[in-house]
Amino acid sequence: MSNLRILLNGIIKENPIFVLLLGMCPTLGTTTSAINGLAMGVATTFVIICSNFTISALKNLIPDQVRIPGYIVIIATFVTMLQLCMQAFLPSLYASLGIFIPLIVVNCIVLGRAESFAAKNKLIPSIFDGIGVGLGFTFALTLLGALRELLGTGKLLNFKVMPEEYGSLIFVLAPGAFIALGYLIAIVNKVKNIKA
Amino acid sequence: MEEFLSTFIRAIFIDNMIFAYYLGMCSFFAISKNVKTSLGLGLTIVFILGVTVPINYLLEKYVLVEGALVWLDESFADTDLSFLSLILFITVIASFVQLAEMVIERFLPSLYASLGIFLPLLAVNCAILGGSLFMQQRAFPNIGTATVYGLGCGIGWLLAILGMAAISEKITYSNIPKPLRGLGIAFVITGLMGLGFMCFSGLKI
Repeated sequence: MSNLRILLNGIIKENPIFVLLLGMCPTLGTTTSAINGLAMGVATTFVIICSNFTISALKNLIPDQVRIPGYIVIIATFVTMLQLCMQAFLPSLYASLGIFIPLIVVNCIVLGRAESFAAKNKLIPSIFDGIGVGLGFTFALTLLGALRELLGTGKLLNFKVMPEEYGSLIFVLAPGAFIALGYLIAIVNKVKNIKA
Repeated sequence: MEEFLSTFIRAIFIDNMIFAYYLGMCSFFAISKNVKTSLGLGLTIVFILGVTVPINYLLEKYVLVEGALVWLDESFADTDLSFLSLILFITVIASFVQLAEMVIERFLPSLYASLGIFLPLLAVNCAILGGSLFMQQRAFPNIGTATVYGLGCGIGWLLAILGMAAISEKITYSNIPKPLRGLGIAFVITGLMGLGFMCFSGLKI
């Protein structure tokens, strides 16, 4: 499989949110607006690429029995780095994403890619897989964030697009996130069925 | 005493792990097909949260925060190890998940079989790490409050998955539009349950 195919695979065919349904917690928790969704996506992408790279490089050194704790420690290291950098350079974004930045450690996508791809493949394909899955995740998060922002506040990337009096707070709050994602998945299923 | 009670009620109803913070979703959607298995998973989570939150509280207080190591030696007064908190917390959690896994495998083999991969995956369950991280954020005054908080989080999660499983058992008989079947409708139901739980958010305790 060429590197480009691996890249596209992560974005479309194995999209972590719409197809594999992994990493739901940050998806629902951080997508109150398109910007937050995008930022969370980029942060997770960084961690996936770094951890895929490291795990692929070390795969022959890590004994099979303790591989899961080993992977988690590697991932936790990168997340701590990211957390400290964001705290220093992007404090406002860090505050709005809150607890979900340290929670990247337990994001199933990161561990899932480590286990199912990086542990079995060479260095370069693993990096491309990280980029692809990361982009797919970012795309889904930005889409859901934009939808919730539009439905909830009538804004898109902070620009007013709906009439002034529009506003439906429920989509910014927790229950709206579930309902919006539920229907988004239904739409994706519908589109897939038409194609098939 | 009053403080324990208010922390407990808050953790179960107002700050419910699932409906307010969206934590622990993967196992929530995967396991909530029948009530019996959900009860088993929920109780395991109550146990793990009830044990790891107080342990991590002690770690935080006596090892991690700035000046926490003074009990060892006066010269550690400036040492700040808080950058290690993520790694230490997750290690404690992973050990207890491993312990729970061994106990369940030995004494409840049928539950062990029906939980499958989701039992070891509890090590990376956000609800459990989230419990410890919220404990760190809120800086509870003593270990009692931290324990009560951990148990409350677990019970809140248990209530949510039991409700979801009971609805899922009934819904197998209904005629749902095809694209919504499976996860789509599960998300919508969770959203509606969350709407119900929002009525607790006005409580002042």
